[in-house]
Amino acid sequence: MSKTIAEINEKIRKGQAVVMTAEEIVGVVEKKGLHKAAQEVDVVTTGTFGPMCSSGAYINVGHPQPRIKLGAGTTYLNEVPAYAGFAAVDLFIGATSLPDNDPRNRTYPGEFNYGGGHVIEDLVAGKDIKLTATAYGTDCYPRKKIETLINLHSINEAVLFDIRNAYQNYNVAVNLSSRTIYTYMGVLKPDLGNANYCSAGQLSPLLNDPFYKTTGIGTRIFLGGGTGYVAWHGTQHVPNVLRGENGVPKRGAGTLSVIGDLKQMRPEWLRGVSFQGYGATLMVGIGVPIPVLSEEILGYATVTDEDILAPIIDYSDAYPLKKPDVLDEVSYADLKSGKISVNGKDVPTASLSSYPKAVEIAQTLKEWIKRGQFFLTEPVAPLPGVEAGITFKPLEERLS
Amino acid sequence: MAVAKRVVLHFPRSLVDEPIIYKLVKDFNLQFNILKASVTPNEEGLLVLELSGDRESYERGVKYLSEVGVKIQPLSRDIYRNEERCTHCGACVAICPTGAFVLDLPSRRVKFLDKKCIVCGLCIKACPPRAMEMRL
Repeated sequence: MSKTIAEINEKIRKGQAVVMTAEEIVGVVEKKGLHKAAQEVDVVTTGTFGPMCSSGAYINVGHPQPRIKLGAGTTYLNEVPAYAGFAAVDLFIGATSLPDNDPRNRTYPGEFNYGGGHVIEDLVAGKDIKLTATAYGTDCYPRKKIETLINLHSINEAVLFDIRNAYQNYNVAVNLSSRTIYTYMGVLKPDLGNANYCSAGQLSPLLNDPFYKTTGIGTRIFLGGGTGYVAWHGTQHVPNVLRGENGVPKRGAGTLSVIGDLKQMRPEWLRGVSFQGYGATLMVGIGVPIPVLSEEILGYATVTDEDILAPIIDYSDAYPLKKPDVLDEVSYADLKSGKISVNGKDVPTASLSSYPKAVEIAQTLKEWIKRGQFFLTEPVAPLPGVEAGITFKPLEERLS
Repeated sequence: MAVAKRVVLHFPRSLVDEPIIYKLVKDFNLQFNILKASVTPNEEGLLVLELSGDRESYERGVKYLSEVGVKIQPLSRDIYRNEERCTHCGACVAICPTGAFVLDLPSRRVKFLDKKCIVCGLCIKACPPRAMEMRL
């Protein structure tokens, strides 16, 4: 049996498409078998909602009178530095950017209450944002200073453009040292006091499409509550990692770069967050539809938490010093049970990615498709796969 | 009938030097467990207590406290969760020393059991979307 995306879209148009979330499909395949389920089900929806630091947005604020060239000047949005190394009034705000006067970790552990991720959330929420900038002034752009309020409606383009999101699997962070540490994986208590993980597991987009058979450049997705697209493979996209017999990566592997109109998005799905002692960032909601084009594709999408393994890494030593040591591997089923065993000790677990929100995203995307509001796209080009042989290069430091 | 309640006591400046808790024990036969205290001379004081004893003594003790000018609030109101900001990620669950956050299965939503909360405040900064807020 095989289906095409055009056939599935035709069913969506007629309101006849059978859509299930990556959670719901598991029971259906168990009951009906892969062959029958693949005939009956057209789309499987996935979802994830977690902190994703390599996120950001570009905006065009419009030209004031007289004109100013923000490019190569210094520009702030609510006192958070924005990158302006473009033309006159284009800016990029990154999720981890912090106000110059934020104490950072000078008062350890820092609080990082407001950063680029919060600016993006406020912008999406329609709030006024204070734009302040200084420029050097030219004959054609004479202004040297500006201070004004802008908001989502007053500016021209506002586009979320994340260069790495939706990591296919991720580390489980623990702390073997004798002091509390403050990491991007949350607060880690000493002597294996807790273990934090960050993946939606069986609902996560790329864990349901482990070899990128349907997700590619141009794939239309749920992004931040609106529709977006896969723009490219994300940075640090390394498909060629240790994989289980089911093909699922046992380490961080593929990633997505995504893009979408911020003006369609909603603050519930783009949440500015603060990691004590680490920094500010943005939680992003992403849902990717998987067209059931074959039994093989559906087979991959029925993966469950029991069959997805993640590496346990010591964030007091192995991670910061970039040692390859992995303490153990653990399944998401174990992680989600609330405790795991590490070095013979029971360790309570917690997630940084929100599973209830991931479920809501997969359900929302399912509803959009069933109501004929969201159509599937054929990828314009595939993402690099295992065969591309991409290696994850370290930074070799040198001065000549 | 025995009662055990968690309360927040606000002492005006004039009472900070008075042996109020001593009197609760001696005159009203109440037991106390200090959960949190911040009492500095010449400033307003704050004490978070679990008070227990028989109901009549408890009520007389509370009456005594209000008569001398101590403001009493139930503790459970003091740390609360902004439901709109909470994403139910779970970053708070292992951080809380008293287990006031519980993962509800199978919904995987995080429940906040404010009865277990001792207002230590550890969750406030450990919460990435800053959904936990303190009201004193």
